[in-house]
Amino acid sequence: MNNIIYNLILGASLILMQSLFLNNINFLEYLNPFIYIYFIIYYPIKNNRSVFIILAFIYGLLIDLFSDTHGIHAASTLCIAYFRPYLLKLFFGMAYEHQVVKFNSLELKQNIFYLFSMIIIHHIILFSLEVFNLSLANLIFNNIISNSVFTFMSIYVLYEFLMRKSK
Amino acid sequence: MQRIIYFLIRNKNFILFLTLLSISISLNFIYNEYNKSKFINSSNFIFSSLYDTKFTVSKYLNLELQNQLLLEENKNLKKILFNSETPTKSFDSINSIGFEVMTASVIKNSYSKTNNFITINKGFKDGIGIDNGVISSNGVVGIIDKTTTNYSRLISILNTNFLLNAKFKNSNYFGVLSWNGKNINKVQLKDVPKQAKIKIGDTIVTGGNSLIFPKGILIGYIQSFKLDNSENYLEIEVNLSTDMTNIENLYIINNNNATEINLLNE
Repeated sequence: MNNIIYNLILGASLILMQSLFLNNINFLEYLNPFIYIYFIIYYPIKNNRSVFIILAFIYGLLIDLFSDTHGIHAASTLCIAYFRPYLLKLFFGMAYEHQVVKFNSLELKQNIFYLFSMIIIHHIILFSLEVFNLSLANLIFNNIISNSVFTFMSIYVLYEFLMRKSK
Repeated sequence: MQRIIYFLIRNKNFILFLTLLSISISLNFIYNEYNKSKFINSSNFIFSSLYDTKFTVSKYLNLELQNQLLLEENKNLKKILFNSETPTKSFDSINSIGFEVMTASVIKNSYSKTNNFITINKGFKDGIGIDNGVISSNGVVGIIDKTTTNYSRLISILNTNFLLNAKFKNSNYFGVLSWNGKNINKVQLKDVPKQAKIKIGDTIVTGGNSLIFPKGILIGYIQSFKLDNSENYLEIEVNLSTDMTNIENLYIINNNNATEINLLNE
């Protein structure tokens, strides 16, 4: 119960923070960290998968409502929620299958690989749907790389702040 | 039958994923095709009131610069008022009877995406209608595309779906203005015949062909030009005169004669 309330508050505050503050950073005119996917990446591992997928879709749709985009955040958030178990299996192997992975005590190397691949998948889908024009492939590529570095740094800081504190 | 049900239950997550994915992608497609979004946008009630609150807090941070701009504009207007024998062409055409001017403030601006929108704090209660033109004190900003009672949303000039008829200030050759999504200070003017004699630094203004803007409102200055692939038309890079990253007070132009002229064209 305590856990559900914590996650609700975390999700709501991430949405507000993303839409009111982080969407307006526009560092170098196009760089924004998409910190809201922290919620999907570090959602508790023991969950009902169908519920988690629906939750991710609604979560992405809320971000869409706030930032005047048309379903692109919903699509990309949905995708990382669906692919999350496979990535967890890939990076944590036996530990994940025996359900002993704890997000607040991850190995640095595994954590970084996991985090970065989730962000890259999210950004690839997000920007290809947003631009949706193959002749601007270099713009898409540029956006994906620079924004994922920015997102990665901000989510890692948030991870250190929230997870280390609660340990 | 049993096998089909068993198959569905076993793959329920994948089916759920595909359904939701197609819903979200179709939302995006509907937008791209019809240039319209029926319900996903930030001018509906909850989100606009939230942004309104944010605007009341954050507008104080920008006051000094906006005051500067307003003062500058007042100065220009006074200059015209006192020298009314030689009125400036652009202001004259706004004030002629056909066009009505209203003011509004920006409550949400975006410029980092490829399809940008701006939300303002006036709606159809204040007499704003769809397809009204929007300008700032420095030039063209966008076109209203959706209104609610108290708020409206406009397609920014920095939107790849934005098209506008534009011409040169010192000749009557005209072309189509659009944005390629790359640089937020530059828009592209296409389909200008190559006979047009132009040089770098020339002024680009709105043409009178559309009913949205009056003739002769500033858009920007020519930065460079080249022949396009067909070698018959010029492709011109235009430096925007408006700084789209810093806009707050806007003027909305309503053409009172639009319905009458549209009747003629039917």
